[in-house]
Amino acid sequence: MIRQDYNRIDPKRRSRLDHKKKQFAIPTYKQQDYPHRLNLYETPPTAEITLEQFEQWAIDRLRILAELEACSFRNKTPPETAAHITPLLQKWLPLHSNSSSSAGAQDEALKLERQKDHYSHFILRLAFSSTEDLRRRFARIEAALFKLRFQFDDARERQAFVESLQLDWEVVAEEEKRTLAADLVNATPGLRKQEVEDGGWFKVDFETVPELVETRRVFLKRGKAYVPVREQMSMVLAGFNERLDKGLQLAARALPRLDEDDRLTPILNHLSKNFATPDSTLSDSDSAIPGAPINAASIDALSQHFPLCMRNLHMNLRKNSHLKHFGRLQYTLFLKGIGLTLEDCLIFWRQAFKLITDDTFNKEYRYNVRHAYGDVGGDATRRGRGYSPFSCQKILTEHPPGSGESHGCPYRHFSGDNLTTLLQTTGINDRDVLKGVKEDVEKKRYHIACNRVFDFTHAAEIKKAKDEGSWSAGDNETLVHPNTYFKKSFMLANGAKLGRTDEMEM
Amino acid sequence: MPHSTVTDAVVPSSPAEEDSVLPDAPLQALDYVKADENKTERGDSMSKAPYADIKVEDLFNDGDDEDNDEFLSSAAVEAKLESSPPAAPLPLAPLANFTDPEVMLAFYQRLFPFRYLFQWLNHSMKPSNDFGHREFAFTLQNDAYLRYQSFPTGDLLRKDILRLNPSRFEIGPVYTANPRDRKTLRKSTAFRPIAKELVFDIDLTDYDEIRTCCDKANICHKCWSFITMAIKVVDTALREDFGFEHIMWVYSGRRGAHAWISDRRARDMDDQKRKALAGYLELIKGGAQSGKKVNVKRPLHPHLARSLDILKDHFQRDILEDQDPWAEPEKAERLLQLLPDKALNDALRKKWDSAPGRSSTSKWADIDAVAKSGASKTVDGKALLEAKQDIVLEYTYPRLDVEVSKKQIHLLKSPFVIHPKTGRVCVPIDTRRLAKFDPLDVPTVTELLGEIDEYDGRGLREEGEGKSTQDYEKTSLKPFVEYFRTYVAGLLRDEKGIKREREDDDAMEF
Repeated sequence: MIRQDYNRIDPKRRSRLDHKKKQFAIPTYKQQDYPHRLNLYETPPTAEITLEQFEQWAIDRLRILAELEACSFRNKTPPETAAHITPLLQKWLPLHSNSSSSAGAQDEALKLERQKDHYSHFILRLAFSSTEDLRRRFARIEAALFKLRFQFDDARERQAFVESLQLDWEVVAEEEKRTLAADLVNATPGLRKQEVEDGGWFKVDFETVPELVETRRVFLKRGKAYVPVREQMSMVLAGFNERLDKGLQLAARALPRLDEDDRLTPILNHLSKNFATPDSTLSDSDSAIPGAPINAASIDALSQHFPLCMRNLHMNLRKNSHLKHFGRLQYTLFLKGIGLTLEDCLIFWRQAFKLITDDTFNKEYRYNVRHAYGDVGGDATRRGRGYSPFSCQKILTEHPPGSGESHGCPYRHFSGDNLTTLLQTTGINDRDVLKGVKEDVEKKRYHIACNRVFDFTHAAEIKKAKDEGSWSAGDNETLVHPNTYFKKSFMLANGAKLGRTDEMEM
Repeated sequence: MPHSTVTDAVVPSSPAEEDSVLPDAPLQALDYVKADENKTERGDSMSKAPYADIKVEDLFNDGDDEDNDEFLSSAAVEAKLESSPPAAPLPLAPLANFTDPEVMLAFYQRLFPFRYLFQWLNHSMKPSNDFGHREFAFTLQNDAYLRYQSFPTGDLLRKDILRLNPSRFEIGPVYTANPRDRKTLRKSTAFRPIAKELVFDIDLTDYDEIRTCCDKANICHKCWSFITMAIKVVDTALREDFGFEHIMWVYSGRRGAHAWISDRRARDMDDQKRKALAGYLELIKGGAQSGKKVNVKRPLHPHLARSLDILKDHFQRDILEDQDPWAEPEKAERLLQLLPDKALNDALRKKWDSAPGRSSTSKWADIDAVAKSGASKTVDGKALLEAKQDIVLEYTYPRLDVEVSKKQIHLLKSPFVIHPKTGRVCVPIDTRRLAKFDPLDVPTVTELLGEIDEYDGRGLREEGEGKSTQDYEKTSLKPFVEYFRTYVAGLLRDEKGIKREREDDDAMEF
């Protein structure tokens, strides 16, 4: 009871906090002079810009974000991504360092670049704040962009920028550094002993550097993480994410009250619609094949068209009459994607789990299958048609299989020998192919490995299709989704007689 | 008391659940009914909750779908009518089976430490949102699953549990609003989890590929040492690296253990931070097919170096001697797979083939011996040592079910509930006496109810002498409840300090 009194606002002060009064208060314009190249986007822009600029700047930034997202979907390594994005950034959203101009931060051209970066960020923030999904995607890609720029920033300017942030970091005293030297060296990979002694170290709460904690790249002691100066990026990034998330939440709340005529809203809507990426979601026409006989009984036969990840699941299911949770989820969604109905899917699983009783099945498994199909669970108006089938991206990056689990991507999650054995059991004995796969996997090009296997197993059919002229240029694309793998394989085997018709209609 | 007559009358319940049959469990149903009569007269010492008006007859109201209904009611009638003759002929009488809802009810009524559970989850004596907005999920006797239950106080939780008599219940997060009101909230985003104890789950089934003594749901002392090792390693890391202090380990009732970390800092962590923490502690990755499962960089991270130090002795004793994982040639092949040098492997294989039946301890020693003898010219001492360290870790390092730890919303079985398959109570494990903890010695619900009766039967009740003895104090559950009480008291003490600090801060602001 007493506590509440603390929370109650002193009546004399209440007027100052009244949001209505606040809303109509004269906004305090803050002239920004952009002393640093980088920006944590804390202060919203307040100067006037033209409507054309509003739209153009946003579109330019959107281009960059879309490319960045595409890079992550294609599983490009950071250097590859940087190489791909840098020229685009130069073209659409240049941002030069102070040292690039003799006038330093005072240079007008530099200011204009930074203003564009600043304004475009806030326009997109507004455009992408409407739904949780958009917010999350936007935050993720903006963070990637920030990281990219941070990494390639001039070292001295980066340091100045970081210092201007005034983050709450405690410097590790020399003496403590000496006593912990051995632990610091061992905990922080890629750091020489000399650097440990010379470099600066910060002590921060471990919560601020989750990335470093998760990968065990930092020394922890009683809740504090000992971070070398070099790793400050991870902390700045955490700060960036945190601020952006909060900002997006605020923007989402402010959006309905946008005191606006009809000039901006259409632009914003247009922007957020154009943010749909091509390969993140799978449309029905990409996977399901109308007219194909797909039912519980035909899965065994069809499994020859499955990519290795699904074949592995299928074989394990047949061998053990059971799959663990993530295996069931990955496989169920894939089956949903190829067009197996919920009823058939339930029959399929019921028959597959031979060793359990109907009762156990109904109690422990039925719900999950229905949930995956969006038949039950959550809010009926929101669940739509359940989850989408997993893309390669998702399978490669999320939930690596643990002991006794057989989901995931065999190219990525199997040891070399076991992968070879698995490929051999699916009938691939060609030495060159196996060698090629091995090399791909070593370079972490799991897609290429999978596509190599596809090309090999379908060589004859592809040739035939090319001869017949039914092979279009688009069919050469790399497969990045298990369901497209299946569809392509199935179509090749069954000729053009199925499915092609629906593309004609489109 | 009719103990003698009923104890031998144990009949295995359904053949499908061999592991649930406890041949030494005495049958107590009749006794506790009588004891309860005494009790209702005397009034319950534990609380003033309104179950005191539950009549014996009510206790025996016909369940809806229990298979052994008939036994139940007929036996009960007999019990009521002929309370004294000890030789009352009891047919079959699988009464005291712990799956019996009546046994369950008596347990909740007389033994379950609701008060401390409340304080533990509420972090204070005074009811707050930490408890009121907390989700509980009940599994009812008919296997229906009730989610989003919530209660303003521990007494009301108790009341509802006595009403519904769930076979188990789970604890979820604290939400932004009362879980029961979640559908009345205008925006679905207004209802989200904000805090939960950080939890860990270790389950022996995850050790199936390396344990030789048992598999699936079965356990013995040998394989329990896996859990002991895991608790040691995780507990040390949580305390030394993350600075957590309020860590409680709980036996999961069958083949594993849970950890509940109640430090405020741990409770407030969002999913991303939980994931980071789980990642830090997780080492053994990879499915059934991924070959060598531990591939850690050198130098070893201080956490791993320390864990290796803890685990070394266990490896010698609990793995090499007790588990003897590479005794057979096929299994020894698995060991060879993990070693880096081909020539050395060939030499070892030859040696072991010529002397079958060598124990794992000898085989482990052979590795160094053969390497030193120069059987292989390519052997790299450092690589071999690292491979050996990796093997030690692979066979001893905790295998956590990390998904449980990663999400705030994950529900986890409450401490002190009865495991539905074994009848054992999910008791807290005192980490100071970790090595002494014996999962097979954990009391079952039927034993406990028997102990109450035995105690009451001895007539040791000192009536009118101030505080009456609480039921749990009459049983072997006593040390566990007391441990829980002390633990909760420690948590409350620290929490009070934090709260006062915050209030001071607030006061200063205004």
